Amino acid sequence: MSNLMTETWWWPYVMILVAGWLATDVWRWLGVFAGGKLREDSELFIWVRCVATALVAGVISKLVLFPQGVLGDTPIWLRLAAAALGFVCFLAVGQRVIVGVLSAVVFLLTGWWILGS
Amino acid sequence: MTASKDTGQPQLSSKPPVSGRGWMLRGARAAISIPAFILTSAFVGFAGMARETGLSLAETLLMTGAVWALPSVVVLTGAMASGMGLIPAAVAVALASVRLMPMTMALMPFLKVPGKTKTWHLLIASHFVAVTAWVYAMKNLPDLPREVRLPFFIGFGGGVTSFVFVSTGIAYMLVERMPPMAAGALVLVTPVYFLCSLWGAARMNADKAAMISGLLLGPLFFLYFPGLDLLWTGLLGGTLAYLVTRFWRRGLS
Repeated sequence: MSNLMTETWWWPYVMILVAGWLATDVWRWLGVFAGGKLREDSELFIWVRCVATALVAGVISKLVLFPQGVLGDTPIWLRLAAAALGFVCFLAVGQRVIVGVLSAVVFLLTGWWILGS
Repeated sequence: MTASKDTGQPQLSSKPPVSGRGWMLRGARAAISIPAFILTSAFVGFAGMARETGLSLAETLLMTGAVWALPSVVVLTGAMASGMGLIPAAVAVALASVRLMPMTMALMPFLKVPGKTKTWHLLIASHFVAVTAWVYAMKNLPDLPREVRLPFFIGFGGGVTSFVFVSTGIAYMLVERMPPMAAGALVLVTPVYFLCSLWGAARMNADKAAMISGLLLGPLFFLYFPGLDLLWTGLLGGTLAYLVTRFWRRGLS
């Protein structure tokens, strides 16, 4: 069944609109209607934030450990080292995201180039 | 929208009368900013990832514009790549984007003119709630007169979204002509961007603990319970982090 569905051209668009757009915007709309009624620092919201953070963190480590495409050709330790170095640089310069991203990319490219040549 | 003259608030009548559209333009101009450029680089990374995953240009752009929250976009891409069904994918994306509700709630008191602002205007504006525009709005909107905040915010959000939308499209088309190493490096941008911005956005130990448990559990669940691994990572990892840090905060109460 799932094969049949994934092979039709319109199925990805249904996925994007229902599982992407609706599943995301529904929270924004609820936020508009609930504005001022629920406390933002309540225990419920702390838990909700924890679940969301852990889920996205899971995506992060999957992207580094099991990436799609050409990045998957690099050794796993190089990707881990690049991400770790980026994070350390980010912390070292007073939490500037752009520094973290750039240092990770430069490290990865340098390592990749040295290993390849 | 409304000229500020007839509001009866004396501190507003001294402002030069700029139309709602004018404030929208000012918002759009303010969108040219460092945070917007960082966000653009993250979406350029996403374009690389989407291409490597096999999404078409139209799918990538629809996702960028319609979802407009990078964590949800990345979770959805992962779900589609692994052939997840509609319902589990929707649940995973919804779990990744619940945080938008408290964020929108916190923003509403700034945008709303009690008794005057139309709800559907707020619903449109709410689509632009994502970390970048939200942080900017929470910081800068209070300095503006109440009447002009909504058009300004819509201009700002619309400006950032259009710029990112166009950049994502261009990046997607360029990835094919890039050397493979550059395309590969682009894929690494997204996780590192999240690693840094999630940590930066953490407001308490619970958030940081959740991040660490998610980083560790994600690959484990992926290897041993593939399919719904993201849901389990979020629910179990997040709950564990919440319970442990709650115990630190307030003991067994």
